[in-house]
Amino acid sequence: MAPHWRAGAAVLAALGLTLTACGGAKVGEDGAGGSAAGSGECGTFDLAVNPWVGYEANAAVIAYVAEKELGCDVKRKNLKEEIAWQGFGTGEVDAVVENWAHDDLKKKYITDQKTAVDAGPTGNEGLIGWYVPPWLAEEHPDILDWRNLDTYADRFRTSESGGKGQLLDGDPSFVTNDEALVNNLELDYKVVYAGSETALIQAFRKAEKDREWMIGYFYEPQWFMSEVPLKKVKLPAYEEGCDADPQKIACDYPVYELDKIVSAKFAESGSPAYDLVKNFHWTNEDQNIVAKYIAVDRMTPEAAAEKWVGANRAKVDAWIG
Amino acid sequence: MTVTTEKPEQVPAVERPAPADSTREVGRTQVVAAILALWLVLFALLKGRQTLSLAAADLTELHWWFNDVNDSVGASRNSNPLFLYVFNEIRLVIDNLVTFVQHLISQPSAGRPVPQIGWLGVVGIAGYVSWAVGNWRVALLAVAGFTFFGLQGLWQESMDTLALILCAMLVALLFAIPLGVWAGLSDRFNRIVTPLLDFMQTMPTFVYLAPLTLVFLIGPASAVIATVIYAAPPAIRITAHAIRSVPGTTVEAAHSMGATRGQSLRKVLLPMSRRTVVMGVNQSIMAALAMVTIAALIDAPGLGKTVVQALQSLDVGTAFNAGLAIVVMAIVLDRVTTAAGDREKNARRPDNRFAVRRRQLLGAGAVVTAVPVYLSHTYLWAAEFPGDGTAGGHIARTADTVTVWAQDNLSGITNAFRDGITNGLLNPFQSLLTNSPWWLVGAVLIAFGVVLGGVRAGLTTAVCVGLLFGTGVWSDAMATTASTLVATVLVMAFGVVLGVWMGRSMPVDRVLRPTLDAAQVMPPFVYLVPFLALFGATRFTAIVAAVVYAAPVAIKIIADGIRAVPGATVEAATSAGCNTWQIITKVQLPMSRGALTLATNQGLIYVLSMVVVGGLVGAGGLGYDVVAGFSQGELYGKGLAAGLAIVLLGVTFDRITQAAARRTGA
Repeated sequence: MAPHWRAGAAVLAALGLTLTACGGAKVGEDGAGGSAAGSGECGTFDLAVNPWVGYEANAAVIAYVAEKELGCDVKRKNLKEEIAWQGFGTGEVDAVVENWAHDDLKKKYITDQKTAVDAGPTGNEGLIGWYVPPWLAEEHPDILDWRNLDTYADRFRTSESGGKGQLLDGDPSFVTNDEALVNNLELDYKVVYAGSETALIQAFRKAEKDREWMIGYFYEPQWFMSEVPLKKVKLPAYEEGCDADPQKIACDYPVYELDKIVSAKFAESGSPAYDLVKNFHWTNEDQNIVAKYIAVDRMTPEAAAEKWVGANRAKVDAWIG
Repeated sequence: MTVTTEKPEQVPAVERPAPADSTREVGRTQVVAAILALWLVLFALLKGRQTLSLAAADLTELHWWFNDVNDSVGASRNSNPLFLYVFNEIRLVIDNLVTFVQHLISQPSAGRPVPQIGWLGVVGIAGYVSWAVGNWRVALLAVAGFTFFGLQGLWQESMDTLALILCAMLVALLFAIPLGVWAGLSDRFNRIVTPLLDFMQTMPTFVYLAPLTLVFLIGPASAVIATVIYAAPPAIRITAHAIRSVPGTTVEAAHSMGATRGQSLRKVLLPMSRRTVVMGVNQSIMAALAMVTIAALIDAPGLGKTVVQALQSLDVGTAFNAGLAIVVMAIVLDRVTTAAGDREKNARRPDNRFAVRRRQLLGAGAVVTAVPVYLSHTYLWAAEFPGDGTAGGHIARTADTVTVWAQDNLSGITNAFRDGITNGLLNPFQSLLTNSPWWLVGAVLIAFGVVLGGVRAGLTTAVCVGLLFGTGVWSDAMATTASTLVATVLVMAFGVVLGVWMGRSMPVDRVLRPTLDAAQVMPPFVYLVPFLALFGATRFTAIVAAVVYAAPVAIKIIADGIRAVPGATVEAATSAGCNTWQIITKVQLPMSRGALTLATNQGLIYVLSMVVVGGLVGAGGLGYDVVAGFSQGELYGKGLAAGLAIVLLGVTFDRITQAAARRTGA
C-alpha cells in the first residue's frame, strides 16, 4: 500500500511545480495595491463611525476627502457613541462627526476630563418628535396636532398597550421625554419600547404599506424618510428651559444643532484632517442624498462618497481650501 | 450544538419508573396547586400594591452608585498601577497575537498587498488539519465550507472572524483547561467557581462591553476578552465533568501502584478524559461564534461588522449572506471537533501498525499541504479569491425575495396567532406577576423552590429574591419572568414534538439537525427583521426570537433521551399490542423523564440569554434596561442592575430545575 501514497504525493508535487511555472502574476510584482497613501503629512486619522446611516454618510465623505485629497491613512472604527467618546481619553478616536446633543458626555469629556473639544456644527439640524405614516396624515389631517390625539387613542390600541393608545418609542440611544410628555399632557396613551431603530422602521414601513394606525417616536435627518416621508405631530412649542425638569416636561423637543467633537490631542496636532473636520459643513439635503445612496441604492460608503464629491466639488474645496 | 454534550452522561441510560415515588409525586402536585390557589386569592385582594414599579428613566440609589464607580474607574486609568502594569500588558500581548494571525490569513502585512497565506493555502491547511484530527469526510466538509466563504464574496471577513475565534480559543483554553482540571479534582474549588461561571454565562455582554473598552481599549484585545468571558465557561465545566467521570477505581489503582498525584493526573486522568475535554472545546467554539456580532459593536473586524452594517439600512439579504457564513463556519468547526472527539475515543485501541502508518500519512499530507500554501504566498490568483462573490449576491437577493414574500402573505395569520398567545397567556400571567405585591411573588417563588427542589434550592431562591429586590428593577424583572416562562412553555412544546420525531427516526434527525444548528448560530437580527414585520415590535416577537434560539437545544436533548430508551423495551411494548401513540406516551416519554427535565433547564437558561435581544424588538423589561444602559451613560447603572437581575433569575431557575431533575431522576 505504501507506494501508493508516495506516488500520489509525487504527482501532487509535480502538479504544484507545474502551476508554479506558469503561475501568473506574482504578489508584489506589479506593485498592486502598494499604495502610497498615508505617506503625506497627515498621518493616521482615527475616525469613529457610529451605527446609523446618517452618521455613516458624514463619515464616508470626510474619510474619502481625507484619503484622496489629503493623503491621510484613515482608520474607521465602528463604535457606539458612548464608547467612541471614551476613545477620546484613551487616544484611540480622533473625531466623532455627527453628535446629537449628549450634554452629559460633553460635561464629562469636554468640561471635566478636558480630553475632547467641540469642532463646530455639521450644518445638519436634528429633529426629534412624534411621527405618523403619511397615509394617516392625509386621511386625518387633524391628527398632526397633539390636542386631537386623544380622540383617536382607541385606534392606536395594540396587544402591548394595555387598553390605551400605543406610542411606540424606539432606539434607546436617543433622548426621550415621552413618558413625561404623555403624563403631563394627560394623553390616553402608553409608551411602548420597541428597543431599536430596526424595530421602529419596520413598524412604520408596515403601517404605511398596510394602512395601519401607528404613532411613534422618530427623528430626522434619516434615510428612511426618503422611502416613507413620515409626518411630524405638533407638540406644545419648545421654549428655552421648558425641558429643565425632566419630570415636568410638557413641550416639544428642541431643534438639535448636530455637531462634531474631536479629541483635544487631535485638535492641537496640526493635522490637515483636523482642519477638514472643523470646516466640514453641509445641509440635511446633502446628507440625505448620501444616506440614500448607501441605504436605498445599496452603494458602499466609499462609492457613495465618491459620487457625491464628484457632483459637489465647490463644497469640498471650501472645506480643504 | 451548545451546552448539550454534558447531558448524555447526566441522563441515566435506563430509568425504571419507581412506584414508591408516585405517592410523593401526587402530593407534590397538590401542594403546587394549593400554592397557586393561595397566590390567586391574595392577588385578588392585594392587586396593585407594593409592586415596586420604576419608570424607564427613573433610577435608584444603587444605580447612581454604579454610575459613580464606573466613572471613577475611567478617571483613574492613567494613574492606577493596575492599569499601567497589568491590564496594559495583557492588552499588548493579545493585540499582538491577533495582529499576527490577521497578517497570516486576513490582512495585508509587511509591505504585501495581501496576507502571508492566501485563500488556497488556508483552504489547504483547513482540509489537512481537519483530516489529521478528524477524518477525510470532515476534511472535505472543511474544504467545501471554506471555499464557500470565497464564493460568497466574504473571504477576508470570514478570515478576520476566524482569526479572532482562533485567538479567543487559544486564550480561553490556556485558562479553561487548568481551571477545569482543578475544579474536577477539588470539590471546594468547584463550589467557588460554579457561581462565577453562571455569572459569566448569563450576564448580558452589553453590560460589560463598555467598561471592557475602558480597561483594554478599543481593538482586538477587548473583542477577544469579551469572547473569552462568554466562551470559556463551557470548557471549564466540561473539563471538570470529564475529570470527575473517570472511574474512582482506576485512580485508586494508579495510586496503589505508587503513582504520585502529578503522575496519576498526566498518565490516567487527562488521557481518560480527553474525549470529553474535546467536546468542551467544541462548546466553547460555538459560544465564541455567538459573540461575533456583539463584538462588532466595539470594532471587532469580520463577519459581525457586515451583519451590523447591513442591518442599519435593513438590508436583510446582505445580513443573511454574512450570517450564513457564520453558520457554515460553526458547522465546519462543530463537525471537525466532534470528529476529533470520536477519534480520541477510538484511538485508545492499541494498534501500533496503524499508528506508524498514520504518522507516515500525516507527514505526506503536510508536504502536500505546503504546495498550496507556497502558491498562495507567491501568486496573486492563489492569494486573492477569484471572482467577485456572485454567489453571495444570489443568496442575498433570494433572502430578500423570501423575506418580502413572507411579510406580504403571512401577516394576517400571524397577527391572530400573536394576539391569541398575548391575550390568552402572556397578559394574564404578566399581570399576576407584576401587579402582585413583591413580597407575595417572592414568597411564592421560595415556596416553589422548596416544594420542587428541596430545602437547599429554597434557600438559594430566598437569597436570590432578596438580591433581586435590592437591584431596584423588581417590576421589570417580573415582566421578563412572565415572557421567559411563556417562551419556555413554547420551547418545550416544540421540544417534545420535534424531539420525539427526531429521536424515533434517523433520516428526520439528519435533515433537522443542520437546521437546528443554523437556528442557534445565525445572528438573531437577521431573522428578526422579517419577524418584526410579521408580529410588530411586541413582546411576542421577543418570545419568538427566544424560541428560535432555545428550542434546538431542547429538541436535541429530548431526541437523545428518546434514543436512549432501550430498543428491547420498545419492542416488548410493540409485541404487547401498543400502537405508536401509546408507545410514545406510555413508554418513550416517561422513560426519558430525565432528559425532559434537563431540556426544561437548558431551555429556560437559553431563553434567558435572549432577554437582551428581546429588549431590542419590543420586549421591554430587563432587556430594554440593559440595552438602554449600554446606549446612555446616565442609565449605565440601571443597565448593570438589570444585568444582575437577569443573572439572579437565571440562578434561581437553574437551581430549582436542577434540583427537581435530580429528584425525578433519583
